[in-house]
Amino acid sequence: MTIAMGSMKAGEPVFYVVDEHEHAEGHSTMLGFWIYLMSDCLIFAMLFAVYGVLGGKYAAGPAPKDLFDLSLVAVNTTFLLLSSLTYGLAMLAMGQSRVGAMMAWLVVTGLFGLGFLGIELSEFAHMIHEGATPQRSAFLSSFFTLVGTHGLHVTFGLIWLVTLIVQVRLHGLIESNRRRLFCLSMFWHFLDVIWIGVFTVVYLMGMLR
Amino acid sequence: MSTDVHAEAQVHDHGHGTAGDHSHGTRSDLWIGFAASVVLTALPFWLVMSGTLDKQVTALVIMAVAALQVVVHMVYFLHMNTRSEGGWSMMALIFTIIVVVIALSGSLWVMQHLTTNMMPMHEMSPAP
Repeated sequence: MTIAMGSMKAGEPVFYVVDEHEHAEGHSTMLGFWIYLMSDCLIFAMLFAVYGVLGGKYAAGPAPKDLFDLSLVAVNTTFLLLSSLTYGLAMLAMGQSRVGAMMAWLVVTGLFGLGFLGIELSEFAHMIHEGATPQRSAFLSSFFTLVGTHGLHVTFGLIWLVTLIVQVRLHGLIESNRRRLFCLSMFWHFLDVIWIGVFTVVYLMGMLR
Repeated sequence: MSTDVHAEAQVHDHGHGTAGDHSHGTRSDLWIGFAASVVLTALPFWLVMSGTLDKQVTALVIMAVAALQVVVHMVYFLHMNTRSEGGWSMMALIFTIIVVVIALSGSLWVMQHLTTNMMPMHEMSPAP
């Protein structure tokens, strides 16, 4: 950073940076993406608040105990946790520029993500089949909104993952692809953090009611 | 004077690094985080499924364990620290936590009072 000294008259204060310094491409992406994640966190906080308020209003309909299968939720949680681990391994492989290993771990991550979505969707289908639709009670409306929003995030994460796998295949592990993969890793780990809240507040606390 | 300028330039560089200089964590970080998460996930599931403790205590324990697991994920998977992005990610996180705490506790508190003060209608389920 250079503050113009020569060009200024003596005694005149300088209030600004005269020469614009270099900004590397994508230098602010990480902070920007982190702030996006924080705003996403606010969305989920509001949905949790809604669930906290409405979660006990069954309208004489089914309660969590009648609907949830904890062992299925445990499997789902395991899938998401394992996918976080495999994404972490992919990022380590990326750090060593081992493209093959990285791609393999990304594919495994995607499969765990698909497994998670599959179980969640079959759970939803089962509930709706039993008449526990979002219209049934305030509890079910807030349940489907909260868990569904998380599921949508995972869906878009998967689309993003496939896109990046194709990108790396086409262009290799170039700097911008590394940056994108790093953003997705933050997104993916963030979804796992949100899921901790979901399985604790919705499923486990629901079974205690 | 010249050392001052140099020091300033170094500080400046730190804030404007390229995307490549971000910490991706180490292999041991990842495995520590994963092992801790497995324990912190298995424990609440086991407590609820087996019903070892009474409900009140179980609820408190699983909430505490969830909060702990969030911290573990933040540190070991998201590599949160006070230095990344020159401290700005931590600032954004602290701001978000403040907003979330106000919004969550405020909503629950206000709505709880609203429910309690409602005219009794037909059978109402107890507030959570």
